[in-house]
Amino acid sequence: MPDAPGPTSPPAPPGGADAAEAALQRREERRRTAWRWLAILVVHVGLVLAWQFGVRASGLPAVVLPAPTDIIVTLAKQNYAWADNTWVTAAEIVGGYLLAVVGGVVLALLFSWSRLLTVAVFPVLVTLNMVPKVALGPLVITWFSYGLRTNMLITFSLCVFPILLTTLRGLREVEPDLLDLVRSLRGSRWAVFRTIQLPGSLPFILSGMKVGAVLAVAGAVVGEFIASDRGLAYLMIQVQSSLDTPAMFMAVLLLTLLGMALYLAVLLLELALVPRDARR
Amino acid sequence: MGAEPLIRLRDVAKVYRSGGRRVTAVSNVTLDVAEGSMVALVGPSGCGKTTVLKILAGLHQADAGEVRIGNAASGFVPGHDVGMVFQQALLLKWRTILDNVMLPADILGLPRRAARARARCLLELVGLHGCEDRYPYELSGGMQQRAAIARALLHDPKLILMDEPFGALDALTRERMNLEMRRIWRDSGKTIVFVTHSIQEAVFLGSSCAVLTAGPARMADTFEIDLPVERGLDIKTTEAFGGYVRRIYGLLGLE
Repeated sequence: MPDAPGPTSPPAPPGGADAAEAALQRREERRRTAWRWLAILVVHVGLVLAWQFGVRASGLPAVVLPAPTDIIVTLAKQNYAWADNTWVTAAEIVGGYLLAVVGGVVLALLFSWSRLLTVAVFPVLVTLNMVPKVALGPLVITWFSYGLRTNMLITFSLCVFPILLTTLRGLREVEPDLLDLVRSLRGSRWAVFRTIQLPGSLPFILSGMKVGAVLAVAGAVVGEFIASDRGLAYLMIQVQSSLDTPAMFMAVLLLTLLGMALYLAVLLLELALVPRDARR
Repeated sequence: MGAEPLIRLRDVAKVYRSGGRRVTAVSNVTLDVAEGSMVALVGPSGCGKTTVLKILAGLHQADAGEVRIGNAASGFVPGHDVGMVFQQALLLKWRTILDNVMLPADILGLPRRAARARARCLLELVGLHGCEDRYPYELSGGMQQRAAIARALLHDPKLILMDEPFGALDALTRERMNLEMRRIWRDSGKTIVFVTHSIQEAVFLGSSCAVLTAGPARMADTFEIDLPVERGLDIKTTEAFGGYVRRIYGLLGLE
């Protein structure tokens, strides 16, 4: 019988054999997770070591393929201003990304509220989404001149669509009867959004944010490649002309770390906000 | 029972326009619902019973006829005085059962502390004591529907509207929920209008019953169900119960 007993006998509290079984399962799961992390660590450290000794054994010049130690020591070169350049690129990534998150969610909200807006504007956005955003870079720089804000804009243009589209899907995935329930209470659109749509679409928003996080770094890099006077990708172009390959590797490594940090932040946010059975 | 009904419907009709065609959803609904009664709207799919419910909920406007809810003795505040239960429990899966029952308080902006205390009492009333901190997926379909009923009662509305409340449950759970619903109705003293396509359910639960037919969508008849207030499932085997069931069969042209 799927239904619980009546009011006289409340459902039995968990305990006994079931609890022991569950504890055993949890322990087993923890053990497996530990093994997985160990494997990840071993494979990565192994690859770096193979790289190091492979390069040394083959005698390849650092200009072609530097060993990991050659890359690390470039951090000591003061004139590359690693910290400043990393900071600038991080600001471009985070700024453009946050703009895209806010813009994407707000636009999705407007679309879910207004049929007219959806009919009139949404097709245009779909077409715009087809435009390779990277190709717009030179135009954006022509319009707004180069710099931090322009690169944020390029980052924004890359990240906003996946966030907008997934959020819109999440907002629309509301049971019509649930909307009726709120309307029968004379709940405002805002009440619907706050109590049902927003929490309900969080898993969708966060999955869009994950896609956006990967694209955000690319946006900042493209901006800096085209025209800039600061940032890690700008530095890459500079050291390329002096054939400092190890420094180019270092720049790529730092860009990767920035991307990973952003992705990790989104994962933590998801962990905090989305119940386990609703994660995407 | 007061002389003036809580709900007064006179020749209510609703027409939908779909692609130039006019479809009559419901017509000539004339119905009085006494305060504190439980009224069944019974009929086949497409008879417009859900439309009547939505008109009562203020979600639809009637195209013709008179709709009056509330009377001199007892005012009616749209929004505050309607509680709804649907075929699906529609609990928010990211909220605990207690927080789900709190939903109307969040929307109406009721004082939280009092609402929380009331939510606990209501969970007790619907037989979900001890489930406050559980999540919907941990509960069976019947238990989820109990929580949905508690949620409809939270803001102490005068009128509870139920649309096929037990239609998604298995037959045995449904029988049990019918028994429970009689008890909840009497303990809460609410006026309840519910939609069902189960004739047995209509007669068992209802203190009166409105029968609607499809094609054309109209109201066939309305009558009191004069069975004892104290009803066990065994009442279904009595002659009086069978008489009401036969009467509805007759109205629906199934005899």
